[in-house]
Amino acid sequence: MRKNARLLAASLAALGLFATACGGDDGESSSDLIAGIAFDTGGRGDGTFNDSAALGGECAAEATGAEIKELEANVDEDRKANLELLVEGGAKVIVGVGFMFTDPMGEVAAANPDVSFGIVDSVVEADNVSSLVFAEEQGSFLVGAAAALKSETATIGFIGGQEIDLIKKFEAGYTAGAKYINPDIVVEVAYLGPAGDNSAWGNVDGAKEIAAGWYAAGADIIYTAAGGSGAGTIQAAIEADAWAIGVDSDQYLTSGDPDAQKHILTSMLKRVDVAVCETIKAVAAGDTSGGFKVFDLSNDGVGYATSGGYVDDITAQLDEIKAAIIAGEIEVPTAP
Amino acid sequence: MNRQKLQRVLVTSASSVLAIIVALVICAVILLITGKDPVKAYSTLFGAAGETKVLQGMLNRATPLMISAAAVAIGFKMNLFNIGVEGQMRVALLSTAVIGGAVDLPAPLHIAFCFIVAMASGALWSGIAGWLKVKRNVNEVISTIMLNFIALSVVAWSFDTFFRLDKEGESTSLLVKTKDLPRSAWFPDLVDRRLNGMLIVAIVILILFWVLVWKTKFGFQLRASGANSGAARATGVNPKRMVFISMLISGALAGLVGMRALMGDVHAYQNNLAEQQGFNGIAVALLGRNHPVGIFFSALLFGFLGEASGRLQLEDIPKEIVTIMTGIIVLAVVIINEAVKRWDDRRIQRRAAAMVEAAA
Repeated sequence: MRKNARLLAASLAALGLFATACGGDDGESSSDLIAGIAFDTGGRGDGTFNDSAALGGECAAEATGAEIKELEANVDEDRKANLELLVEGGAKVIVGVGFMFTDPMGEVAAANPDVSFGIVDSVVEADNVSSLVFAEEQGSFLVGAAAALKSETATIGFIGGQEIDLIKKFEAGYTAGAKYINPDIVVEVAYLGPAGDNSAWGNVDGAKEIAAGWYAAGADIIYTAAGGSGAGTIQAAIEADAWAIGVDSDQYLTSGDPDAQKHILTSMLKRVDVAVCETIKAVAAGDTSGGFKVFDLSNDGVGYATSGGYVDDITAQLDEIKAAIIAGEIEVPTAP
Repeated sequence: MNRQKLQRVLVTSASSVLAIIVALVICAVILLITGKDPVKAYSTLFGAAGETKVLQGMLNRATPLMISAAAVAIGFKMNLFNIGVEGQMRVALLSTAVIGGAVDLPAPLHIAFCFIVAMASGALWSGIAGWLKVKRNVNEVISTIMLNFIALSVVAWSFDTFFRLDKEGESTSLLVKTKDLPRSAWFPDLVDRRLNGMLIVAIVILILFWVLVWKTKFGFQLRASGANSGAARATGVNPKRMVFISMLISGALAGLVGMRALMGDVHAYQNNLAEQQGFNGIAVALLGRNHPVGIFFSALLFGFLGEASGRLQLEDIPKEIVTIMTGIIVLAVVIINEAVKRWDDRRIQRRAAAMVEAAA
């Protein structure tokens, strides 16, 4: 409970950066607001990406008094059906979590011009849709640099979920960040499944097996961008007394397990919560403009976690790199 | 004789209805245990049945399930378990999107061409399992499951390597697809963007399935092989040929499963397209007892439950409950049908015995 509160407080603090004071002048009408969040298949409960979006809903509810309705898809056909159900249920702002909502949202948004939409990780070109896109490669660059600075064996690893463009952005940034610090560093890379293999997001055993193998072979830090599978890397890190790097949420906070916390070096933060919360709050405040919104290092839409204090000695270096990326001095690749 | 047949049909239908009622009662208990209100859940569920949109959605969702259940059922008829419909469907999806998208034909011909490509590629994939079974006696359950994984990987890899379309200046979109099918290959909707015409194809497939299995020599041999393979062999049925041919037919049907999604909805291949529709056909076939009429209604039931799932979630009933409900219905139908069948057999035996006694 306390952890949730801390996370919430962190989200709220981050929100301050995006401005638009909540409550304010539009207080009365905003409390009648119904906001919908449509999750993709197998979404909730991953401890990272989707739960972060859910947290964004909670944050918006707190800030605006909006009622949040959540729907999770089971199969292909559910995506469009769920968006429509939320519209029918009176939602004035609906966020689709995941790029598989691209086409269904385009269709539903066109049919309902008076409803505002938001889509995470994709672009829908319509006036009433906010496209919420993240520069995951930038955040991954920083944790890659952190890994290279902290690694004693000059061997680190990356475990991805499905081998899709989205996850390759994480890999590309991580590898580039590590090589930026140490051009000779060895970065092992593995994916848990091909594109379309949904088990890759919840394959705890698979991630653990790969991580345990790498740790045994000399790697000492492994970054996992694979939703719920990441728990396997953390387990392997505990057993091998090595480091794991979390993803999307601050997994030091979300894991809650003191054993795990000793082995989570940092986490690449992807502030889906901020994006969701901001989108709902903007509509609550009467701003239905939509548009393309990039969440990157410059607006703290991505970043790295410092919980646990394990990277305190290198934050100065990391923040320097961060500034260089923001200034455009370092260009981070988006594909490996 | 006819009266007996009618009785049997009545008994089967009654037992299916009974099974659904039993399943609903069990689910009500589960809802109560989890602290949810079953009355509210069921009123939401049955209330949804009155909405035109829900009924259209139900039919649309049922369409691929009818086809995949038919693909599974044809194997079941001779005790052949094709668990690989999902993989066969995936292979057919990509090859149809690619090959079907590469040609230019007038609309009806183009659709027919796409169907042929889909059926051929599905049959090719299931044919591997059939060939392994016939030549090497590899259990088809294992080979089709393995081929599912292979299909998933091979399709994902070749899509990513050769067939994905990267639009210039749209690097931010993570949703990658193949090139769109030409309009002439689009399967028309019955109700715009709500109900695709593939429903009619699915129903025709079920009718053809019935004709093939119950009205042809091949169907007789198929059922005979399933009922008693030894006896069938003794009467001159070549079991290997039967295995191979039914595997090919099953795969060809599996190839059509994804066509509603591909030709009637998205019009291009993308990862996750039509996912699970091949697997769900197994449950639909079981529930429908491998009979076209049963498959038709159980596909409707699955489609309806799928359509109602979102509405139940809005009433704070977790989507898992709907999944549990589906599972309980399948189990209840299988168990109660079997029990009723045994009871009915005994009843007929007793009556026959009584008639014999009376005659003596």
